[in-house]
Amino acid sequence: MKKKSEKYSLFKAVFTLPVIIYSILLILVPLAFVFFLSFMKSDNYGGYLLEFNLENYGEVLDSTYLLIFLKSILIGLATTFICLLISYPFAIFLRGKTERQRNLIMKLVMVPFLTNSLIRTYGLITLLRKNGVINSGLLATGLISEPLNLMYNNIGILIGMVYTLLPFMILPVCSAVSKVDQNLLDAAEDLGAGKISKIFRVYLPLTIQGAFNGSLMVFIPAIGFFFIADILGGGKAMIIGNLIKNQFLTARNWPLGAAFSIVLLGLTFVLVKLYRKIGGDLDELGGG
Amino acid sequence: MAKKNRKIFRNFYIYFVLLMLFLPIFILVAFSFNESKMNVIFTGFTFDWYLNLLTNANLLEAFRNTILIALISTTVSTVIGTISAIGLKKYDFPGKSFVSKLIYIPIVIPEIVLGISLLSVFTFARLELGFWTVLLAHIAFSVPFVITSVRSTLYSIHPSIEEASEDLGASKWQTFWNVTLPLIKPGIVSGALLAFTLSLDDVVVSYFSAGPGTNTLPLYIYSNIKTGISPDVNALTSIMLIITIVVLTVTAHIQTKRIAERSA
Repeated sequence: MKKKSEKYSLFKAVFTLPVIIYSILLILVPLAFVFFLSFMKSDNYGGYLLEFNLENYGEVLDSTYLLIFLKSILIGLATTFICLLISYPFAIFLRGKTERQRNLIMKLVMVPFLTNSLIRTYGLITLLRKNGVINSGLLATGLISEPLNLMYNNIGILIGMVYTLLPFMILPVCSAVSKVDQNLLDAAEDLGAGKISKIFRVYLPLTIQGAFNGSLMVFIPAIGFFFIADILGGGKAMIIGNLIKNQFLTARNWPLGAAFSIVLLGLTFVLVKLYRKIGGDLDELGGG
Repeated sequence: MAKKNRKIFRNFYIYFVLLMLFLPIFILVAFSFNESKMNVIFTGFTFDWYLNLLTNANLLEAFRNTILIALISTTVSTVIGTISAIGLKKYDFPGKSFVSKLIYIPIVIPEIVLGISLLSVFTFARLELGFWTVLLAHIAFSVPFVITSVRSTLYSIHPSIEEASEDLGASKWQTFWNVTLPLIKPGIVSGALLAFTLSLDDVVVSYFSAGPGTNTLPLYIYSNIKTGISPDVNALTSIMLIITIVVLTVTAHIQTKRIAERSA
């Protein structure tokens, strides 16, 4: 009997220790360390002094930084809204397809991810720049007489974010919309609902979790993707991601960068709490 | 007639969105055959960039590191993720609910926060930034995705199946190898694919966890993008794309064939 329980505990150890070690060493400790850093004082040489203070958080409230936070949130919201606007018709039209076709199309949506997002952003440059494919095409057909400024501005950032993050919205929205019962739609139509009211009064309330799931997976990366803002927004266009990156790698003020990160983390947790509150399942985030 | 037009419009919309998602990639592939070094106008057809690639040692090194990191981090995180999903379902241990919450963090937090927090800890622990820290960082963000993927199939197994195996005299290990593992295989495979994709796609976490000396594909491109990138990169991207699509199609084909055989 004793032997069995020993074996049993070895089995249990094999299946529980890795996750404990992993979650402590690679999740808890790093985040706790950043939290700790955010209360330290920078020594201006990329290090920190062990002096507890709240100055970093005071600096976050500086108007230049607040403006970047605000701009970042606006870009994130705009990206999310545009992705929702593209995904809903996509999901509703997809209902008319057979299951086989639907599965194939969902797989195709994922294929761009197999190419690194930075490489895809580089592809976007080829399309968007002044002498790029889109402008050359439009100029050749005579639709425009001067090239459009599609990058090195906020439009460029927005195009880049929507392009990179759209699949994260399409997947959960399609999965939620495909589950809406056709009988409910028929009933709504019988009762005189038009197309618009079907969308707002049947689809939307029934798929709100999917929409929130997608919105989380779009909004949160959108405020952190510094490389898209860097490349498509030109030098001036900063978002929170650039701010944190600069503090860690250029200005080398880690404590301030840590404070920005903790604020961003707080914002994320509030959004996740909201998602849970409307009944969202954490397991469904990120396509799990 | 109106109905037919509506159907055409619907199909057009779906394929238009798909086309937009693929367009930058198509353009990259198209320009890999372009004679001109500038990715601006198509001047003529050539294979030169593919040959050039073979002599671009920096780019080849970046490519090798990227693939190695993706393969190793996928393998390691699939093993850890699978074991963890089973452990979290089967066993109670002190702090379990806390650990269960922790594993969602890499899924929801901004990548940049994960990136700088790993950078801070690696620096604090005096680990030299490089290949191994990038690998560790990729494992850090992949494991939770494997856990959720495996867990979703794990909960569809009826507990009586595993109980039956043990009642019939199989040991815990035998039950695990011969009963549980085959049943959750679809979840493991999709978790592994997800981990592989995430690793190939990642920019932000790699950016912070790699030191100045390490070379992976996104870092190579990031450091060259402002001065201009040679079409070698287009050639490499095209090759990688073809390889991954072939591998995926083959795995998908094998999977559907197996399912068909099993249900036949």
